[in-house]
This record gives sequence, structure tokens and C-alpha cells, in this order.
Amino acid sequence: MSEPVSALSGSAFCGLVRVEDCGLKGMITLRGDLSAAAVKKAATGVTGGKMPSPLTIASGKTGSIAWMSPDEALVMCDYADAGAAVGTMTTALGTTHSLVVDVSDARAQFRVTGPAAREVMAKLCPVDFAPGSFEPGQFRRTRMAQIAAAVWMEDENTFCVICFRSVAEYAFTLLKTAAASGSAVDVF
Amino acid sequence: MLILHCPYCGVDADETELSPGGEAHLKRFGPGSSDEDFQDYLFARENPRGVHFERWRHAAGCGKWFHAARSTDTLEVFGTYSAQTTEPPKEICDRISGKRPGWTWRLFG
Ligand SMILES: [Zn+2]
Repeated sequence: MSEPVSALSGSAFCGLVRVEDCGLKGMITLRGDLSAAAVKKAATGVTGGKMPSPLTIASGKTGSIAWMSPDEALVMCDYADAGAAVGTMTTALGTTHSLVVDVSDARAQFRVTGPAAREVMAKLCPVDFAPGSFEPGQFRRTRMAQIAAAVWMEDENTFCVICFRSVAEYAFTLLKTAAASGSAVDVF
Repeated sequence: MLILHCPYCGVDADETELSPGGEAHLKRFGPGSSDEDFQDYLFARENPRGVHFERWRHAAGCGKWFHAARSTDTLEVFGTYSAQTTEPPKEICDRISGKRPGWTWRLFG
């Protein structure tokens, strides 16, 4: 068996903020009627938390659920648990109209940490990241320069970013450029 | 720069987060239709200066298609609405009438 590795094998960069590849993450796409009891149960059964309301992320004991669209959620858990979680979810959903796919190996995740994190992200996304407009608990799908991305805040100084694995190198380079020393704008 | 409110996820999306989908409310003429109807369906489009109805997709966001009513000369947005309709909602038409009395667009106005 080959050893699974994340796109950039934990690479990190320090400038205005610290940018790091988060390593392997379990991610499961769940599509269906998010208000259906079976869909909610399948998702929360993995995380031990609640279902997220629109544009938010809900954390539980063993994972998080992000609201991706009116009929899509992203269930996040430990990489090692994703395969089993897909099986459990599929069983729990039974004949309920839905789709469950393990997308862990199709994604990359980054963490952007530091007091300038809001500013670094604001350079790349057409989103209002000002304090009060975007806060921990909110979840936003958007773009970073030319690629699709999803972002949320773990705390006041920390952003998490998800993108497709195929563009991980591009995303890392973007984040490093936006976080280049000497490029502070101090808007927030 | 255009900012459209996505009626599906509720985000006020910047134009760069959206994909344009062309003219709204086209009626498809497929197999069995006359050559003239088929040609118009493929190629004939409105090109108004003023009130216009378009399809947009929140491509880098929730991924959903929706409709938008806007002015092509001022970029004023009159409103956005569900994709699951074959004509502009009355509420949107009334709002446009309040701002552009006498407007017409195809059969609407
Ligand atoms: Zn949307």
C-alpha cells in the first residue's frame, strides 16, 4: 500500500501570517434535502454535533459540518475515519434520495494564522472579511484569485481554507504572495 | 462592478464570483419546430439599452442558477429571483415600473 500524503506534505510559510498545509483531512460530500431527518442524522452521526444553518459551519465532538449550498453539506472528520463514515452514512440514509462521496483525496486544506489573517484573505477573495461581517462560525464558498475556495475562521486570528487538491500549489503560492513580508495594508 | 444577491444562499455576490448565463426566459424550440423558430431560439437575442433580464450562476459560491433584472446602461440591479420560473415575478416588474415607467422587454412590461 502506498502512504497517503496531503498535497504539499505539511509545507509552511511565515510572513505577515503563517500559512500551512493542514495535512490529510477527512471530507465527505453529502447531497440531499438538508432538512430531511435521515440526512441530518447521517451527517450529525459522524460529527456528534448539530446541522449547520445556511452559510455556517457547525462543529461537534468528532468533526464539523459545513453548509455548502441549499442541498449540499461537507462533513469533515479525521482522515482515517472518512471511509468508515461513508459506509455508516450510506446505511443511515437507506432509500432517502441522497449522495455521499468521500472527497478527502480530492481536496487540500490550509490554515492561515496571525493578526493579519483577515487582511491576507481579503486580498484574495471578493468577500467582506471585516470584523463583524465575517466571524468564527460563518462559512463562505468563494474564489481565491482564479480558483474556487471555501473559508471559515477557527478563531479571530485563524482562517481555514479548502480548495481542490489539483490547485493546491497555486493556492499555497497565492497565500504566500498575499502574506509576503512588507505587504501589509492595515485596513482592518 | 456588478453585485447580485443570490436568492439561494443569500450572499451578495461580486460579479467575479458569478458566471453569466445569457438572456433569461428563452423558450426552447427543438425537434419538430419550424426552421424560423429554431433559428430564432438559437441566435435571436435582445440587446437592450436599459431594462434587461438575464440568467446568472453563483459559480464560485453555492453553484445555483438564478435570474437577475438589471439595467444595461446604469448597471442598476432591480432584483434577483428564482430560476424556477418562466417569467419575471410581478414584484420585480412592479419595482422596475416604479423606476422606469413605460419599460418593455420582449412580451413583458
Ligand atoms: Zn448562492
